[in-house]
Amino acid sequence: MEKELLTLVTFFPLIGAVLLLFVPKDRPDSIKGLSLIIAFVTLIFSFWLYYGFDVMANGMQFEVNIPWISSLGINYHMGIDGISLLLIVLTAILTVLAILASWNSITTGIKGYFISMLLLETGMIGVFCALDFFLFYVFWEVMLIPMYFIIGLWGGPRRVYAAIKFVLFTMFGSLLMLVAIIYLLFEYQRFSGVFSFDMVKIIDDLPLTYREQLWLFGAFALAFAIKVPLFPFHTWLPDAHVEAPTAGSVILAGVLLKMGTYGFIRICLPLFPEASMAYLPYISVLAIIAIIYGALVAMVQKDVKSLVAFSSVSHMGFIMLGMFAFNVQGLEGSVIQMINHGVSTGALFLLVGMIYERRHTRLIEDFGGVAKVMPVYATFFMIVALSSIGLPFTNGFVGEFLILLGTFKANVVYAVIGATGVIFAACYMLWMYQRVFFGKVTRAENEKLVDLDWREKIILIPLVILIFLIGIYPKPFFDRIEPAVNNIVAKVEKARSLAAESGRESQNKFFATDQAETEVVIDSKEPPNE
Amino acid sequence: MSDYLFLVPLFPLIGFLTNGLLIGRLPRPVISFVGCFSVGLSFVLSLMLFFELKALVPGMRVIEQVLFTWVPSGSFETNIGLLLDPLSAVMILVVSGVGFLIHVYSVGYMHHDPGYGRYFTYLNLFTFAMLTLVLADNFLLMFVGWEGVGLCSYLLIGFWFEKKSASDAGKKAFIVNRIGDFGFLIGVFIIFWKAGSLDFKIVQQMAPTVFMAGGALVTTACILLFVGAVGKSAQIPLYVWLPDAMEGPTPVSALIHAATMVTAGVYMIARTNFLFIMAPDALLVVAVIGVVTALFAATIGLAQNDIKRVLAYSTVSQLGYMFLACGVASFAAGIFHLMTHAFFKALLFLGAGSVIHAMSNEQDMRNMGGLRKHLPTTFFTMLIATLAIAGIPGFSGFFSKDEILWKAFSSQYGHPVFWVLGFITAGLTAFYMFRLIYLTFYGKERMDEKTRSHIHESPKSMTAPLVVLAVLSLFGGVVGIPHIFGVTNYFEHWMEPVMTGAGPAVQAHVPAASAGNTGLEWGLMLASVALVLGSIYLAYLIYNKRTELATSLKERFSLAHRVLYNKYYVDEIYGAAVVRPVVYLSLFLWKIFDVVVIDGFLNGLASFYAETSELIRGGQTGRVRTYATVFLAGVILVVAYMVLD
Repeated sequence: MEKELLTLVTFFPLIGAVLLLFVPKDRPDSIKGLSLIIAFVTLIFSFWLYYGFDVMANGMQFEVNIPWISSLGINYHMGIDGISLLLIVLTAILTVLAILASWNSITTGIKGYFISMLLLETGMIGVFCALDFFLFYVFWEVMLIPMYFIIGLWGGPRRVYAAIKFVLFTMFGSLLMLVAIIYLLFEYQRFSGVFSFDMVKIIDDLPLTYREQLWLFGAFALAFAIKVPLFPFHTWLPDAHVEAPTAGSVILAGVLLKMGTYGFIRICLPLFPEASMAYLPYISVLAIIAIIYGALVAMVQKDVKSLVAFSSVSHMGFIMLGMFAFNVQGLEGSVIQMINHGVSTGALFLLVGMIYERRHTRLIEDFGGVAKVMPVYATFFMIVALSSIGLPFTNGFVGEFLILLGTFKANVVYAVIGATGVIFAACYMLWMYQRVFFGKVTRAENEKLVDLDWREKIILIPLVILIFLIGIYPKPFFDRIEPAVNNIVAKVEKARSLAAESGRESQNKFFATDQAETEVVIDSKEPPNE
Repeated sequence: MSDYLFLVPLFPLIGFLTNGLLIGRLPRPVISFVGCFSVGLSFVLSLMLFFELKALVPGMRVIEQVLFTWVPSGSFETNIGLLLDPLSAVMILVVSGVGFLIHVYSVGYMHHDPGYGRYFTYLNLFTFAMLTLVLADNFLLMFVGWEGVGLCSYLLIGFWFEKKSASDAGKKAFIVNRIGDFGFLIGVFIIFWKAGSLDFKIVQQMAPTVFMAGGALVTTACILLFVGAVGKSAQIPLYVWLPDAMEGPTPVSALIHAATMVTAGVYMIARTNFLFIMAPDALLVVAVIGVVTALFAATIGLAQNDIKRVLAYSTVSQLGYMFLACGVASFAAGIFHLMTHAFFKALLFLGAGSVIHAMSNEQDMRNMGGLRKHLPTTFFTMLIATLAIAGIPGFSGFFSKDEILWKAFSSQYGHPVFWVLGFITAGLTAFYMFRLIYLTFYGKERMDEKTRSHIHESPKSMTAPLVVLAVLSLFGGVVGIPHIFGVTNYFEHWMEPVMTGAGPAVQAHVPAASAGNTGLEWGLMLASVALVLGSIYLAYLIYNKRTELATSLKERFSLAHRVLYNKYYVDEIYGAAVVRPVVYLSLFLWKIFDVVVIDGFLNGLASFYAETSELIRGGQTGRVRTYATVFLAGVILVVAYMVLD
């Protein structure tokens, strides 16, 4: 059973989606119930995965590797390490909550909606399990389709614009990634004589010249950076979030953005360690800009949801900053912050959705004094807001602290500038909270707002538990991600010492013309974005 | 016994969870019981632990308890661990003791408030956080308490959140504190980077080997830690949140914004004295900021009319004294003043609360007067506290303040200028405090009829804590009577094991100096007592005997008065120099950069593409005849080209 567990976790939602096809359209309760059950069983499987995961082992676990399209060396190769493990569990949790959150808010096309949700889950979990580049790319693109529909069909007034913007941005990046993957395929064939898309083999064996690394890193990084989103590729995010239905935003912020950072950790750092070193200053600076820019712009938003969206830009900047510290603290903080952001921002979007369902507005100025009429809601919101701004003993603190500590060890200036984001976070969050919840109730519509019902509390309680669990006793999570992080750090360290030996001047070499090496990348029209 | 150390913060946490999770479901007596009893238990336990500690040999007075590993990440590992030593023992006694009294007082004070349950929930959470702060055995756990008390401060200042000024003040407190915390965090990074640990004990062991005494690194680290203290303990330039914090319920002002939380910065510096002693330049910064703040805030206190605001500026000023003590490496003197200040300032705030309660929520002293007949207990206890803060010999504040002034003069890090500034502050303090007493309790009754008819002395639950605190304000100083009176300074002696980091140099230096300068010490002491008495007389003259003097003085020095009354316009300056530019920048980034530049570029790209396609589409008519014509023309052109070539 253990062997098939990954396949089961990944494809169980797909099976559910197929089952849903046979449920008649006019039985919405059966559709919702069935999809909830499917998502819940998937969650149980993911817990099983967590439980069965060997903390002491190094390397991939639950591996499955069977040929799929042999002529091209495409395998069905799945496996997870601690990083993917946590992200899978997060995905499974958020999907259940997202389905619960859609219970009353989705009224049209219910069947299609829930099928999309389950397809999305398969795509997301698949990305975190795939150890074959082809498989990875398939899952990566598969995810896009249901999300396109969720935003474009069940979204707000500007949903079509937002959905198209989202898809175009992502497609643009992933096409370059595809080119890079194909290049890797041929390069591996030239090196070993056989075709293979195998991520592990390519990472471990394939020697890449420095210049190859730089170009390939650029292609992958652009795809991932758009997904993260890293400044200045972030403008699709606020539109997508504002227009997406609540559940869409939760999944988008909670999981889809993590695809970008996960891609960096899974592919860019171990496969192109030297290029990672070379790109470090650019990515770190963009990450710092994202931290501060996102926070400042969040501060002046008029819509709560776009405020949360811009705060995501800021938080994702932290994740990128920590990752590119290339040390244990920075990377572990980065990974744990991926989970934290999923939990806290997911919870924020859920909370915003709850008030939107009541008032059909999210404008800050339409509220005021909500704490008086909805004290339970206000309390949940406060806890989540505090975790989002990284108050100690909540999850956000553990992540941000380690990220800044790791960054500080690597580069003092980056850490000091990045840490100012902590101040701005308090500004935008508390200012918004004050205007929504404090003061007198000035609008008649707000006077009769009803506090949370049991369904809504059930949605929020698991996330609040996670907020405190990760904040107070994060050890089990760190135990699981440490081996994976150590592997990456070792790879980067090796590259660092190599670079030190050859005394490489990254930038100069990059722009120097070297005919012998440039010919192969001549097709890639896109220059590195920096 | 020592295994139960963790219970000290745990009891209030349980109180918090009980009251918090069952909010709205518990009757008031149960809420009060849970709230007060949990803190009372902590106090009893703290007392028992104190005596257990005392029974140990002075050098061995350390009780440690590690609960579990909190954040393990590679070489970084931090525990949830507690440390009880002479310093934290004093702190938990003050926090749980004064805290307990204020909880009891709140039962009466908040009696009519609809948010009663929420109030006690927050108050218990605060006590938990504050006890965590002082018991933490490492920087990171201390930071938990540090931000935790900040959170409670935010929640309690904005307790009456329907009032805009209250929620504004809460937000301001949190954000200004975060600015300080930013410095603190960076300081902590430096320490971890060098010492490889955040555990106080290990950092203390490592410090001499990893830091060069007087070096730039340790100086930077200390100054950054001090930035955190400046935020939390309301020193220049980050003091602006504390006066506004008076929007909170008065017992909160007493507990958080006078007795405990705001002193966390002083505690933190005393806790890390082994680092500061290695950085004389940082000490100088601490001393200068401390003494300047003391003087600056005292001048503002002269011109305020709101009874709580006077006390708030007084708190800022007294905290400045404590930092002055730390800055001249007399950490024990700083902690001693922290303790006596906790007694008399808590008492002053609670007394003010009793006045406000009696005056139907009036806080303006211009509308008070003659209250001593109506509120005898309040008046009498507040008078004791005022005498204590003014530094009348025999009262607790006298010993602690005098100790600081003397150390500011005589310590190897001291300077006569520090003494002079501290001396002037002492005079100002006596003046504004007696101004408060005279305006409130003496003279004509200036309130309106309706208010007057409601005046009543507060209930027992409120006056009892006042009496207890009055006794402490009166006698609390005896534990630290300076050497000069021919007794051992027990307090300093008790603190010695923690302050060993302060180095033998300081300890050797002080007795030597005082031995040689006993006459000087007496002289300075008498001078300050004389100044205090003179100031009190002046206050009596202006605000009691010849009240017309107050008005004429105000007119004569109208510019100075306006500047002081408006608190040197610091809030306005910050608003214009920091807050508004940041908001405008943010708006610019959003409206111009995000929407116009980035999206404008992308949408431009999209419409360029669309328009180009539109253009080219013109050729795609779908009419075969057109295609055939173009095709023919093409063929002719190609053939012609080939022929002509």
